[in-house]
Amino acid sequence: MSDSATYERVRQNPKFHELVRKRTRLAVTLSVIVLGAYYGFMMIVAFAPDVLRTPLSQGSTLTVGVPVGAAIIVVSWLLTGLYSHFANGAFEELNKDVVREVLE
Amino acid sequence: MSRMIIAPRRVGASAPLAAASMAAVGRTASLAVAALLVAAPALAGPGDLGGSEKQPVNLTAIIMFFVFVASTLGITWWASKRTKSASDFYTAGGGITGFQNGLAIAGDYMSAATLLGLSSMVFATGFDGFIYTISFFVGWPIILFLLAERLRNLGKYTFADIASYRLDQTKVRTFAAMGSLTVVCFYLIVQMVGAGQLIKLLFGLDYAVAVILVGVLMVVYVTFGGMIATTWVQIIKAVLLLGGGTLLGVLALSKFGFSLESLAAKAVSSHKAGTRIMGPGTLLADPVSAVSLSLGLVFGTAALPHILMRFFTVPNAKEARKSVFYASGFIGFFFLVVCVLGMAAISIVGTDPQFFEGGKVGGKLLGGGNMPVMHLAKALGGDIFLGFLSAVAFATILAVVSGLALAGASAIAHDIYARVIRKGHATEAEEMRVSKLASLVLGVLGVVLGIMFEKQNVAFLVGLTFGIAASANFPVLFLSMYWKGLTTKGALWGGIAGLVSAVTCVVLSKTVWVAVLGNAAPIFPYEHPALFSMTFAFLVTIVVSRLDGSETAKAEKALFEDQYVRAQTGIGAANASNH
Repeated sequence: MSDSATYERVRQNPKFHELVRKRTRLAVTLSVIVLGAYYGFMMIVAFAPDVLRTPLSQGSTLTVGVPVGAAIIVVSWLLTGLYSHFANGAFEELNKDVVREVLE
Repeated sequence: MSRMIIAPRRVGASAPLAAASMAAVGRTASLAVAALLVAAPALAGPGDLGGSEKQPVNLTAIIMFFVFVASTLGITWWASKRTKSASDFYTAGGGITGFQNGLAIAGDYMSAATLLGLSSMVFATGFDGFIYTISFFVGWPIILFLLAERLRNLGKYTFADIASYRLDQTKVRTFAAMGSLTVVCFYLIVQMVGAGQLIKLLFGLDYAVAVILVGVLMVVYVTFGGMIATTWVQIIKAVLLLGGGTLLGVLALSKFGFSLESLAAKAVSSHKAGTRIMGPGTLLADPVSAVSLSLGLVFGTAALPHILMRFFTVPNAKEARKSVFYASGFIGFFFLVVCVLGMAAISIVGTDPQFFEGGKVGGKLLGGGNMPVMHLAKALGGDIFLGFLSAVAFATILAVVSGLALAGASAIAHDIYARVIRKGHATEAEEMRVSKLASLVLGVLGVVLGIMFEKQNVAFLVGLTFGIAASANFPVLFLSMYWKGLTTKGALWGGIAGLVSAVTCVVLSKTVWVAVLGNAAPIFPYEHPALFSMTFAFLVTIVVSRLDGSETAKAEKALFEDQYVRAQTGIGAANASNH
């Protein structure tokens, strides 16, 4: 079943291209967000560290850097959830359709 | 029962090393980071453990460790009855669920080094340690978005399966397998030396006894229980580490009325750097180092053979995605807990004379710079908790070396023996016999090298391991999945370019050129080669592939289309659970 003819039929199936387009767009968008946030944070660390040293409120010891740093971890984890939700949900259904139509 | 684990240093044969190690600890945090680079599992080299002095035998820790060993041996016995085929042996028959695999991946990543190393960085530098912790984390979402499903859909047992999918089986597979074995061997040395030092420190066992014990258990897990046992050992350890870390975190927060603000205020008033620990310090003022470090971490992790093989243990791409979702959740949570532990230790451990040499607060920590979290366990939970955490640290090392041995054995038996030497004509029974023999050989090799390297500073091996993984293995792996134009020639030349440049950069950097070879100043000014060697490897791979106009190259490029469909849809993917 895994011969070239099968793969050729997959390529001719418009749903395959829809799947690849949608999933790739999501993966690339999320990667850009995570890497952008992280490298943006690192650039602030290198060039404008005082921003992160600002106290959260008047007289508090906690600084802006603490919630920002924690947010990078928490948000990028939530994004893995978002990706899995779509890739394992709607996209997986689309994938199943492709496989079913091609292997029929 | 109630005896101190960490006693004042004994004068003995290891005293000069201990002194050298102490110096290494104080040198710079970046050395600690080099050691930490091992990210996953690594235990820092002995230098970073900060002391190799043998401690009095710790009974609590040893009893708890024996309970762990007994239960994992039980699991191995159970797993051995389920390990019948090669697929069972290499990938647990593809029968691991996403959740279980997520725990196992998290276990591979949450090592003794992350618990001890990251918490001690936060203890020493505050916010800078937090920045490193974040850097250790961000690779995981990227692995999910860009790699996880393709890895699962294209791979069968090893990373070489993917790299050689449409390229020359003999050449590319041999190179990929050699790349895996190099990483496995270096990593094994680091782990073995770290194991010996840590166990000596925490349990009071002889270095050689500790190393042999680790080697024997590792071989038993792998040869009898294969991937099933290796995965479950990793899962149990991950649960213990998460549970223990969380409990310690709750105990620590309770000391501050569960207020992060008062925890931070106490830390600031106890730390000699005062409020400066609440913002970025000087560690990362240089963006080149920061970028090089994080590239090495992110992509080195993504090309470690024992992490990659975890993607083949789940039945399909859907479960592979779930694995990374769960793994990132556990890792992110654990890392945040570790930062809280480090901050709490600043005021709880950092002001308590019982944890300092000679009772001098602000002097040298007993047992070395990596010990704050262990002292915190003692301060908050007494000897029982300290014993528990020591046992978990030992279990961590065991779980990681087992994964390494299995990854090495599969490279030898599946790639080199079955595919290259026997050209795919070996029977499954023959292949399994070779893989068991290979894990035995790796066990013996690990013990011998571990003992040989006892007195060496192995921190440079850590940089080398990650440099090679990110520069020699990752570009080939990534381009084979993403770039149609990759050819055998390009993959080989690019891989060699990455290998040579990574090794050269590490040798000319401070960790080897100055620390090992004794020169005054490093020729390569950065500690981490990835930014340079990985870029170079990509460039060479792409240029050589483009210049390759041979017929074979054309055929290889033509095969990309089919590979691409399989990578995206999973049609034709090895589905081990259906065997």
